[in-house]
Amino acid sequence: MNCTEFLSKLTDYFDGQIDPALLAEVKEHLGTCHHCEVVVDTTRKTIDVYRGASSYEFPEELSNRLRAAVMERCRTSGKLPDIELRASSKQSGQ
Amino acid sequence: MDVQTSPIANEPLDPFEDAVAAEPQAEIHPDVALVERAKAGDTAAFEQLVQQYERQIFRTAQHITQNREDAEDITQDVFFKAFQKLDQFQGNSKFSTWLVRIAVNESLMRLRKRKTSKTVSMDQDVETEEGSIPRDFAEWRPNPEQNYSQSELAEILRKTIAGLPPGFRTVFTLRDIENLSTEETASALGLSVPAVKSRLLRARLQLRERLSRYFRQNNEASK
Repeated sequence: MNCTEFLSKLTDYFDGQIDPALLAEVKEHLGTCHHCEVVVDTTRKTIDVYRGASSYEFPEELSNRLRAAVMERCRTSGKLPDIELRASSKQSGQ
Repeated sequence: MDVQTSPIANEPLDPFEDAVAAEPQAEIHPDVALVERAKAGDTAAFEQLVQQYERQIFRTAQHITQNREDAEDITQDVFFKAFQKLDQFQGNSKFSTWLVRIAVNESLMRLRKRKTSKTVSMDQDVETEEGSIPRDFAEWRPNPEQNYSQSELAEILRKTIAGLPPGFRTVFTLRDIENLSTEETASALGLSVPAVKSRLLRARLQLRERLSRYFRQNNEASK
């Protein structure tokens, strides 16, 4: 396996979706190619640092405000009363 | 309703279409019951769905648009549109994937509107070979992120991901930050699984190259 072939398998390697025979080839290449070893280490770190970073703030105030706005739009959309009517009709057996 | 062109895939894509071949059938998700209740007029059930997914939708929109105000507007629009189209959700995909698909479309449309004559199509973005071949083979310091304060690190990560083409940034966001599976990401974007894998590889490699400037050993760009 050369570096280009290795790169083509990198996504499957990271995602653990690689068959055992190919995995052995990948590991063999990694054992002999320092550049690819660095690429693997630093790409994995790239993913980890993004996953571990605190995500964009989503304070409770924003959550409450967005949810209130969504529900208000839903209520005034004209659709909800129809749905509620349908539901109440079901409940009354009509 | 107009059939939109997916900014990602350049294929006709109706974000409300709930026919997802790429996502494997699973056990019935608890959300399905909430959706059914919401369809029957139970507003509390719909509000519960909003509460469950508003953070994910907001984060996804902010990652793609890189703009907080846009993300707030998009989050509202996504849930309102989902509410309006609730009857079209048949449970063939996860409700969250369906929402993400709407969010991605709304976010990319917002980006298109924001750009003017400098618009570069997503297809050109994905056809570029930039970053598909590693060039930087420097090792990174151990725990390099610890050399920066939380706010400095957040700014580095924000600037770095903002430099990716939107098509790559979206795939990376869904797959690596939001932890959607490859199949779910493909479903949300209207892409094939191989296309997701290809874009994910390039996104990861491009981010790696850009972060290396800050994280490499003996690095002059860092403190």
